[in-house]
Amino acid sequence: MNNYGKGIIKGMRVTLKNLFRPSPTTQYPEQKLTTSRRIRGTELVWDGEKCTGCATCARSCPQGVIQIQTRPGAVNNDPSRYVVDKFEVDSGYCIHCGLCVEACPYNALFLGYIFERSKYRRGELVMSKEDMSIAKETPSGYYHPELAEKLPPQTLLVDREKK
Amino acid sequence: MVGLQNAVNNWPLAVAPDWPGNVWWHWVVFTLIIIVFFLFSVIMFIYMERRVLGKMQARIGPNRVGPFGLLQAIADAVKVLTKENITPTNADKIVFWLAPAVVFAPVLMVFAVVPFANGAVLADLNIGILFMVAIGSLSTVGVFMAGWSSNNKYSMLGAMRMVAAVISYEMPIILSVAAIIVLTGSMSLNDIVLGQQNYPYLLLQPLGFFLVFVAGCAEINRSPFDLMEADSEIVAGFHTEYSGMKFAMFYLGEYGEAVVMSTIIATLFLGGWQGPFLPPAIWLIGKIFFVFFIMIWTRTTLPRVRIDQLMALAWKFLFPLALINLFATGIEVLAFPDGIPWYFIPVNFAIGIVLVLLWSRLYKVGWGRVEIE
Repeated sequence: MNNYGKGIIKGMRVTLKNLFRPSPTTQYPEQKLTTSRRIRGTELVWDGEKCTGCATCARSCPQGVIQIQTRPGAVNNDPSRYVVDKFEVDSGYCIHCGLCVEACPYNALFLGYIFERSKYRRGELVMSKEDMSIAKETPSGYYHPELAEKLPPQTLLVDREKK
Repeated sequence: MVGLQNAVNNWPLAVAPDWPGNVWWHWVVFTLIIIVFFLFSVIMFIYMERRVLGKMQARIGPNRVGPFGLLQAIADAVKVLTKENITPTNADKIVFWLAPAVVFAPVLMVFAVVPFANGAVLADLNIGILFMVAIGSLSTVGVFMAGWSSNNKYSMLGAMRMVAAVISYEMPIILSVAAIIVLTGSMSLNDIVLGQQNYPYLLLQPLGFFLVFVAGCAEINRSPFDLMEADSEIVAGFHTEYSGMKFAMFYLGEYGEAVVMSTIIATLFLGGWQGPFLPPAIWLIGKIFFVFFIMIWTRTTLPRVRIDQLMALAWKFLFPLALINLFATGIEVLAFPDGIPWYFIPVNFAIGIVLVLLWSRLYKVGWGRVEIE
């Protein structure tokens, strides 16, 4: 005894169940999910206090988009540091690989937590050191577990289903 | 006060026969009411289809235009109205322009015989159900006109499929409706609804309901049987070449046919306007939407069949079952001329289920599809 429409009934049960389930769709501009704590967001975050101007990040960059210009001169009476005149990243070329973050010996460079950085003009994609300042931007926990701990946990669709 | 009570009970065609003066002006008023009701329910059907379809497929559906996306259909209509109206160079122009109207008009005409309350019918024809079936299949002519005049092979294929499907699926519908006529002894839709005073014909004709529902879905091109506009095979079938308002007419006609088919099923099998507490018209509208909900449900779930499967289902499955159903109903009516007793309800359900199970043994997975090694 087969082919009497058992499959049809099974399928109709699935669709009926979906009718009474909350939709997993997120209405993006109004509703936002919390992103991963280790997200490689769309900009770099630069800590001017910690940066010594060693340019390790610039060398590690596979795209060569980090431009750094330094001159000798004690910062905070520390003779081993350079004055960083210019620290500029053209984020249009950045591939968010995170190698610069991993390379930085002084933990002065982080990837950003924000992902909504679309611009209307290409020129606006070039970020100066003020744009990347840690005072303004939240660093993501990428390569920095101690930062990741402080960020809110990611929203999972599995959790929304339970509510 | 009594008059008010009557008006509430017989809404919306309340005082039709008693209006003073000539008959024509109340006829115009109620025709207008029916047309407005029809267009409004078509828009509601489109909205409901898109929302319920979305929910069942774990999406949300349109929810941007107006509250809960209620105005989405209107926004679409405005969009389609402002589109360019293209007629192909080699098209048969007159037929091409006429086809959308020929599709749409018969759909509207069917509502002339639908009772919204006891006697609240635009035209209480004594052959109402015949009128319904005959007019209902007229829109096929419009579809074929569209397919032919477009001068496009996909349009032609879609139209041919449509004609084949409608001719095949009329058969089980008419035979099942004949069983209803045997039960009632009248072809007037008002009498058919009045005959369902005790229990709806769904209980006496479960197999008939099933057959009419399946064949009805096929006749109005709803999803498991929407071969005539199978977009993965023949672009959009008969309305491939249509754009702008002419396309909108086809779209409206398609959902109008869904309204009509839901109305036919609600009237014949679910007791039409019969129901406690609420006004009769509300009961009818509720039943129409319920039937359409089941149509949406099957549409979401089931994938499209092949053209040979479509034909096989009509002629090998629905047609013989409809014949047997008519035969069994005839015997029941002969045995109990004064009304079929209630204990025949489970018997009828058993007959239906056993027949469907028996006939399903004739089918294999793939329905005779030949694998080439």
